Amino acid sequence: MSSTNAKHPELSAIFNKDEARVDWHDETLWWVRQKRDKAAWTVPEWEQLRETASAIKNNVLSNLHDYLMEFEEKAKANGVIVHWAADDKEHNEIVHAILKENNVSQIVKSKSMLTEECGLNEYLAQNNIDVVDTDLGERIVQLANEHPSHIVLPCIHWKKEEIGELFHQHLNTPKGNSDPQFLAGAARIHLREKFLTRKIAITGVNFAVAATGEFVVSTNEGNADMGAHLADVHIACMGIEKIIPERKHLGVFLRLLARSATGQPITTYSSHFKKPNINQTMHIVLVDNGRTVQLGRESFRNSLKCIRCAACFNTCPVYRRSGGHSYHTAIAGPIGSILAPNLDMKKNADLPFASTLCGSCSNVCPVKIDIHNQLYLWRQEITKQGYSPKLKTVVMKVMAVTLSKPTLFNIGGKAARWVIKYLPFMVNNRLNPWYKQRDLPAPPKQSFTEWYKKNRK
Amino acid sequence: MNVGLFIPCYVNQFYPQVAIATLELLEKFNCKVGYPLNQTCCGQPMANSGYEKMGQSCNDLFTENFAGYDYVVCPSGSCALHIKDHLHSTKDEAAATTIRKTVYELAEFLVDVLKVENIEASFPYRVGVHQSCHGQRGMHTSQMSELVAAPFSKNDFLLQKVKGIELMKLDRLDECCGFGGTFCVVEESVSAKMGKDRVADHEKNNVQVITGGDMSCLMHLEGILKRKKSKIQVKHISEILNGES
Repeated sequence: MSSTNAKHPELSAIFNKDEARVDWHDETLWWVRQKRDKAAWTVPEWEQLRETASAIKNNVLSNLHDYLMEFEEKAKANGVIVHWAADDKEHNEIVHAILKENNVSQIVKSKSMLTEECGLNEYLAQNNIDVVDTDLGERIVQLANEHPSHIVLPCIHWKKEEIGELFHQHLNTPKGNSDPQFLAGAARIHLREKFLTRKIAITGVNFAVAATGEFVVSTNEGNADMGAHLADVHIACMGIEKIIPERKHLGVFLRLLARSATGQPITTYSSHFKKPNINQTMHIVLVDNGRTVQLGRESFRNSLKCIRCAACFNTCPVYRRSGGHSYHTAIAGPIGSILAPNLDMKKNADLPFASTLCGSCSNVCPVKIDIHNQLYLWRQEITKQGYSPKLKTVVMKVMAVTLSKPTLFNIGGKAARWVIKYLPFMVNNRLNPWYKQRDLPAPPKQSFTEWYKKNRK
Repeated sequence: MNVGLFIPCYVNQFYPQVAIATLELLEKFNCKVGYPLNQTCCGQPMANSGYEKMGQSCNDLFTENFAGYDYVVCPSGSCALHIKDHLHSTKDEAAATTIRKTVYELAEFLVDVLKVENIEASFPYRVGVHQSCHGQRGMHTSQMSELVAAPFSKNDFLLQKVKGIELMKLDRLDECCGFGGTFCVVEESVSAKMGKDRVADHEKNNVQVITGGDMSCLMHLEGILKRKKSKIQVKHISEILNGES
């Protein structure tokens, strides 16, 4: 994703240079969290619904092989061409091969975080294929040559005035016009031409039903339908964990998804695809890309229950104040921080630490992933595999020794209190990150242990 | 009943008045309180930094110190939660298992075990309650705003019994203050911003004193308040319940 090697603390420090913007970002996403709360409270059995969704997904993960085979068989019987991709590279090659086969060099694509994860746009660009993202938010970040900063609201970090300027540059809208309705209208005209002329459409998949070989794509803009119905070839790309056993289970997931994501009772479009239209070809690409490895990690396997609603992003106090790009991975936020180390532990070793372990993420998760516990466990795993900074290991060793020896602890505590009192410049300086924006506590004249010895023994 | 008083390392060194208030409060409610003098730390700073294994000697020491008490009570939800979730001993696992089951956060202990009905204290101030995440979401000392479930708060239940106190409503009921242990230095910019935003919520709602069950969060908020020379004070819930003003 990111071309630099900057880590979350540095990237969020940059984001925090503009405090007014951080406030705006925080308040925008907090508003979405509040909408989610209101929507959840309209469903009295909300917690039971979460439990049910979690149980269904646990069943899927325990029987993934069988469900996938069933899905493939049914999809093939429906006339769909099914492909299997072991990783991102194979996924991209499969898609590219379909384009070549059809002599197509221009396509439309509706939102798919999987294709972001696989870097499909970059891969196709290198192969001279023009991809137009048709989700409005994704189109905005694409025009700006950026990646989505949020999996449901890809351009949530952009202000409408900035979008007005971007559209002025790329779509020739009048300079200074940032009226959202006007800009959406301009995007609609711009995208309509692409929908009408492009012969291949890629969509993501929200849910794939094993029993019937169908799949469901949820959008608010109808762009997946526009693409898929107008094109000669529809390619649906999905991670293998998107399977649900039966059609009836959609009643659980569709009720949870939009309420958790944006506070809507349901997405505007829940489009069901089963078989290709006459004179149309339909492909499904089933992608592993590390998912089976994650499935084999006992502590982390249930991260695969994720339905990509981003409720954990919106509630996360760290995400709201650091922005999606500070996570330098396709899927940001708390869920991204437990998925990314599986793909590249070294590169993403910082992400499980980008959290206070407050636990709000686990509470909003509609499929009850214990996100904050997994963040804690990834920290242990990363240290075990040797991806922690060396200095940190040294500091921790000193700390562990001091804290396991009462005498050392008492001497150390006394020394710390003495230093803060008599040599405050030793700690109140730029080398101490605490002191940059916060004062230290005033040192008391004695510790509790010292007091206790005098007053109780 | 025999209560082992578990005082977080930083409270012992920097906020002894919180430990004294906790001790006196438990004594007022007729607990026989023991304070193992050899206690240091629960090991959470190492564990949350990814070095849980390194904290084993802390765990062994902790188990040795607190074996044999009916209850272990701590004026910190975070430290209590760490013990509850992660304490294991290489020398006496049976004792560690008992401690995991009998460790309580102070407000939780007062409400659930001692079933306190009356608090003899007066605190005539406008007070904002900071919900510390580990106490709240980990120890369930209050309902969580994310869940569709009936509200309750053990802190509020106790504070409402204090004479003259006025509990102020905040815009964000239970957002993290950004302390997060080593997070506060590793992720300095986000951590400080989270703290500033929490403080702003209390300021906006006309709070004079911020209280809570975890001194670490209050230390963080205090650091920000002092830097901006704010008149708002922080006080651990034990200090208010113990009748100091």
